[in-house]
Amino acid sequence: MSTVLRGFHGGVRLPRSKETLQGTGSRSVALPPLLIYPLQAHVGTPARPVVGVGQKVRRDELLAAPSSYVSQAIHAGTSGVIVEIAARAVIHPGGVTDTCIVLRADGEDRRLTPAPALDLGRATPEGLLARIAEAGIVGMGGAGFPSHVKLREGLLNAVRLLIINAVECEPYIACDECMIRERAADVLLGARILRQALRASQCVIALEDDMQQARAALSRRDLAGAQIVRVPAIYPAGGERQLIRMITGAEVPAHGLPIDAGVVMHNAATAAAVADAVAGGLPLTERLVTVAGAVRTPANLRVRIGTPIAHLLDACGRSAADARVIVGGPMMGTRLIDEPAPVVKTTNCVLRLPAAAEDCTMPCIRCGDCVEVCPAQLQPQALYELARAGDWDGASDLHLFDCIECGACAYVCPSRLPLVHYYRHAKSEIEALELAQRRAAELRSRYEARLRRLAQAGDAAAEAEGQAGSDVDAAPAPAAVPDRAAMRAEIAAAVARTKARRTANTPAAAGEDEDGAR
Amino acid sequence: MFTAIAMAVLVLGALMAARVLVAASASPPRGSHGLAADIDRLLPQTQCGRCLHAGCRPYAEAIARGAARINQCPPGGEATIRRLAQLLGVEPLALNPRHGRQAPASVVIIDEEACIGCTRCIQACPVDAIVGAARQMHTVITAECTGCELCIPPCPVDCIAVVPAPAAQHAWQWPAPGRVSA
Amino acid sequence: MQRDADGVASSPHIHSGASVAGVMRRVLAALAPGVMVSAWFLGPGVLLQIGIATVAALAAEAAMLSVRGLAMRPFLFDGTAIVAGVLLGLAMPPLAPWWLASLAAVFAMVVVKHAHGGVGHNLFNPAMAGYALLLVCFPYAMKSWPAPGAEAWAADVLGAVFLVDTAKVDAVSGATALSFVRDGLRGMKMLAELRPGAGASLLGGGAAWVNLAFLGGGLALLAARVIRWQIPAGFIAGLLAVSLLLYLGDAQRHASPLFHLMGGATMLGAFFIATDPVSSPVTPRGRLVFGLLVGAVVVLIRRFGQYPDGVAFAVLLMNAAAPLIDRHTRPRVYGERDTR
Ligand code: SF4
Ligand code: SF4
Ligand code: SF4
Ligand code: SF4
Ligand code: SF4
Repeated sequence: MSTVLRGFHGGVRLPRSKETLQGTGSRSVALPPLLIYPLQAHVGTPARPVVGVGQKVRRDELLAAPSSYVSQAIHAGTSGVIVEIAARAVIHPGGVTDTCIVLRADGEDRRLTPAPALDLGRATPEGLLARIAEAGIVGMGGAGFPSHVKLREGLLNAVRLLIINAVECEPYIACDECMIRERAADVLLGARILRQALRASQCVIALEDDMQQARAALSRRDLAGAQIVRVPAIYPAGGERQLIRMITGAEVPAHGLPIDAGVVMHNAATAAAVADAVAGGLPLTERLVTVAGAVRTPANLRVRIGTPIAHLLDACGRSAADARVIVGGPMMGTRLIDEPAPVVKTTNCVLRLPAAAEDCTMPCIRCGDCVEVCPAQLQPQALYELARAGDWDGASDLHLFDCIECGACAYVCPSRLPLVHYYRHAKSEIEALELAQRRAAELRSRYEARLRRLAQAGDAAAEAEGQAGSDVDAAPAPAAVPDRAAMRAEIAAAVARTKARRTANTPAAAGEDEDGAR
Repeated sequence: MFTAIAMAVLVLGALMAARVLVAASASPPRGSHGLAADIDRLLPQTQCGRCLHAGCRPYAEAIARGAARINQCPPGGEATIRRLAQLLGVEPLALNPRHGRQAPASVVIIDEEACIGCTRCIQACPVDAIVGAARQMHTVITAECTGCELCIPPCPVDCIAVVPAPAAQHAWQWPAPGRVSA
Repeated sequence: MQRDADGVASSPHIHSGASVAGVMRRVLAALAPGVMVSAWFLGPGVLLQIGIATVAALAAEAAMLSVRGLAMRPFLFDGTAIVAGVLLGLAMPPLAPWWLASLAAVFAMVVVKHAHGGVGHNLFNPAMAGYALLLVCFPYAMKSWPAPGAEAWAADVLGAVFLVDTAKVDAVSGATALSFVRDGLRGMKMLAELRPGAGASLLGGGAAWVNLAFLGGGLALLAARVIRWQIPAGFIAGLLAVSLLLYLGDAQRHASPLFHLMGGATMLGAFFIATDPVSSPVTPRGRLVFGLLVGAVVVLIRRFGQYPDGVAFAVLLMNAAAPLIDRHTRPRVYGERDTR
C-alpha cells in the first residue's frame, strides 16, 4: 500500500528498544492511594482550583478550571476526598515543586454521569470545541498545548490539513502503537471529529514504517477519507516540523507555527481522547504509559493521570538497583528527581536507565557529525562554542532558538559533549536577559515619569500630598490581616537578613564568592 | 611555487574581501541616541545610586564621558559589566567591591503596623513603587519595586525590610553544564 | 547523561557510543594497508619513521598535558597524537635521520596543537605543519628518497636513520618520481624524452600501488562513515580538473591527470590528511569547496613549486581558509527562506 515518505534533513537511526512491547496488550494498574494533579501540567497559565480541601469528589468531576484562553481544566481520576492543595514534587529537570491538588482515593471509583454524546451529524465546530475544552484535553504527545486552543487557531486560519501523528520515533515508547491496536475505531472517530471541528478538507494519519499491526488495525476499518502514510523509523521523524516537511513538502517558517504551513497536528492519543469526550462524554483522566528499561516486566500501562510515578515502577518491578528514571523518551525526556511526582496528561513513558559510566567529554573535534544529523539544519558545533563562551548574541544569530532540542547532535557526538544542555542553558539565559531588559525599560520609563513630575510640580507636589493625606485623617485603620503574627515574624526575619546582607556588603567581606545570581 | 602561492593568496584575499563586505552590510545602523543612551540601555535601572551617581542615566553619562569605570553597578553585576565591555570594546573588569556586591533580586516590604505614614519613603522611591497617603499605612507594590533600598534610610521608624523577590522574578533556569575538560 | 553539581541532567540520556578514540582507531586501521604497501616498496625505513614520529608525538603530547595540568588518560590515548605521528612518519623520507621526524613531531604537538589549545583547537593540521617545517628548514634531507625498488634493508636503514650515515646507503637518490618529472620539465625537456628512462617507474615503482592501498583504506573509512565523501571527492575532482586543464593546454610539458592521481601522496592526502576534522570545514558544502581548492593547489605546487609533493602546503593553506569557508557555506536553517 502506501510508500514510505522521505525527505527530512538529518536524523539518526536509533536502537528501537520497543520490539517486546509492540504487539502486546495494555495492562491496568491498581489505583494508587493518592492522585496528584499539578495545576501547571500544560502550556499556558496554571489551572484555577475549584475544589477545597476536605471536599468529596467523584471521578470525572472538575477539580480545576482553565484560568485564561491558553489554560486547561483538570478532572478527578477517581472518587475520593481532596486532602491537600500544596506544593508537591512534579516532573521537572531541576526538581522544582508546583502547587498540586491531592486527592485521596476512597476505593469506590464512583463516576459522574457522563455528558450526553454529541450528534456528529449536527454538531458545529463551536460545539465540538467547547466539548473538547470541557474534557480538559491537551496534546498528549508533546508539550501539552491545550487542544481546543490549537483547533480554534486552526479554524480561524482556515487550515486545510489535519495530521494525526502516531509516529513514536523515540526508543522504548510504544504506548501509541498499543493504543491504536486496541482502539483503532476511536482513533479514527477522533480524527473525524477533529477534522470536522477544524473544517479541514484533508486528514493524514502518519505511522512509522515498523508499526505493521497498528497499520493493519486502522486499515481494516472505514478510514472516512483519511489517508495513512508511513514514515521511516529515523529519529526525529515524529517531530512536528519534520513530519510536516515529509507530508506536505513545505516547511514551518522559522519562529512560526504549523498553522503557518496550513497544518494542524494532533497526536493519536489525543484523537482517542477527543472521541471519548465527544461520543462518550468523558473527560481525560486516563492514558497509556510505557514503562520500560530496567524494570522486570516492561508494559504499556493504563494509568489514571495523577498516579505517582513510583507507583508505576512498583507495579512493573525495578530490576537494577542503580538507575536513573527518565520521564518521556531517552532522547528528549526529563530526568526525574523525585519519584513521587505524578503522571500528567503528556506523560507517555517512564524509563529506568542503568546509571551510565562516568562520561569523559573531550573538546569538539569539528567532525561535523552533529551538523549531519541536525534536523533543524543548524551548526550544533558552532552553537556549542558560542554557548560555552557565553556569546548569546552570536548564538541567537546562528538560530539557537530554531533548535528543537531533539538531542540528535549530542547522541552522535564522539566527544560526548552535553550539547543540548549548553543550548538549554543559553536559551534560558537569553530569555532571562530579555525579561530583565523589558523590566529595565519599564523601570526607566517610571523613573523618567517621576523626574518629569518632580520637575513640573516642584515642592508644591509634596505639600499637596501632605494636605491630601490630612483629609483622610480619621479613616479607620484597615482590617487586621489574618495571620499578623506570622507576618511580623517574617518581617523580623527579613530585617535580620537585611542586616546580615549589609554586613556582607561591606568591602571587608566582598572578597567572598559571588553566588552568580543576577 | 610562486604561482601557487600567488593563487592561494588571491583565493584567500577574495574570501576575506567577501567576508568584510558581508560583515559591513550586516552591521546594524548606529543608534541615534548617542553613546550614553546605549550604555543606559544596558543598565538595570534599579536607580539605587550604588554606582555613586544619581541614577543609572547619570552613571551612563559618566561612563560615556570617560569619568567612571564600567564596574560600579552591583545590581547589574557581571552580566552588565560584560555587556558594557562588549559595547565599549574594552576588557571586562571585576565588580568593584566598593560599590557593594551582586545579590539575588530582592524587594522591600513595609511593616504596615509600625508605619506612621510620614510619606518620606514615597519621596525617596525613584520608581513610584510605594503607595499611601499622609498618616496612613504605606504599601510597596512588589511588582514595581526594584529593591534599591533607597526608601529604607529615610524611614523614621525603621519599618521597611528587604525580602527576596517573588519567584517569578527569578524563575528556574537551566544551569551551565559541568565543566568540559580543556 | 551529563550531571552537574545540582544533579540536573539534560536529555539525551543515551549515546551512540561513538568516541574520539574510536574514530581514531578506525582511521589507524584504514591506514594500515597503505602503510604496508609503502613499506613493501620503500623498505622498512617507512615503519621506522612511523615508529619514531609516533613515539615522539606521544612523548610531546604527554609532556604538554602534564605542563597544562590536563588529565593524561583520556587525552593521551584519544588517538589523535598517534594518527598525527603516523601521518608524519608516512611523509618522511624513509632514510631521514631520526631527529628530523622527532623534531617535526614535537613541533606538531607543542606548537601547532597545544599552543593553540590542544585537541580540537588547532587551526592547522599538526602532522602537515611539522612536515612543512622540515621542508623549509631541511630541504635537502627531505628530498632524499630511495630509488624505487632499491634494496635498502634493515641494517642499512638503521645505519642511515640513527647514525646519519647516508653515504653508506647507495640506494639513496635525490628524487621521487614526482620531482623527477617536474625537474625534467623545468629543464625544458619534453615529457616523451623522460619516459624511456625513469618513465617506466613513473607509475610503477610502487607509487600507484601505494595510492591504491590508501584509496582502499579511504573507501573503507567512507563506508564506516568515519569520513564523508565531500573532501576526498572535492580533492580528487580539483586535482583532476587542474591537471587536465594543464595537460590539455600542453600535453608535452605537463604530466597527465592519471599521473597526478596515482602519484605522490594523492590518496593519502585526499582520504586521510585533508579530512582531518579539526582543521577542515564542518559544513558539507564547505568541505566540498575545501577539497576542490586543496586538490587544485596540490597540482599547482607539484608543477610549479620546488617541494617533493604539494599536499602538505595545499592542506595548510586551505586550513587557514577553513573558518572562512565554513562561514560562507552555512546551510539554510529549517524554516528559513532561501535567500541565497
Ligand atoms: S559531533 Fe561533537 S565533536 Fe563533532 S563537530 Fe559536533 S560537537 Fe564537535
Ligand atoms: S538538539 Fe538542536 S542542534 Fe542538536 S540536532 Fe536537535 S535541533 Fe539540531
Ligand atoms: S548602581 Fe547600577 S542600578 Fe544602581 S543607579 Fe547605578 S547604574 Fe543604576
Ligand atoms: S520601594 Fe524602596 S526599594 Fe523598592 S524601588 Fe522604591 S525605594 Fe527602592
Ligand atoms: S518612611 Fe517608614 S514610616 Fe514613613 S511612611 Fe514610609 S514606611 Fe511609613
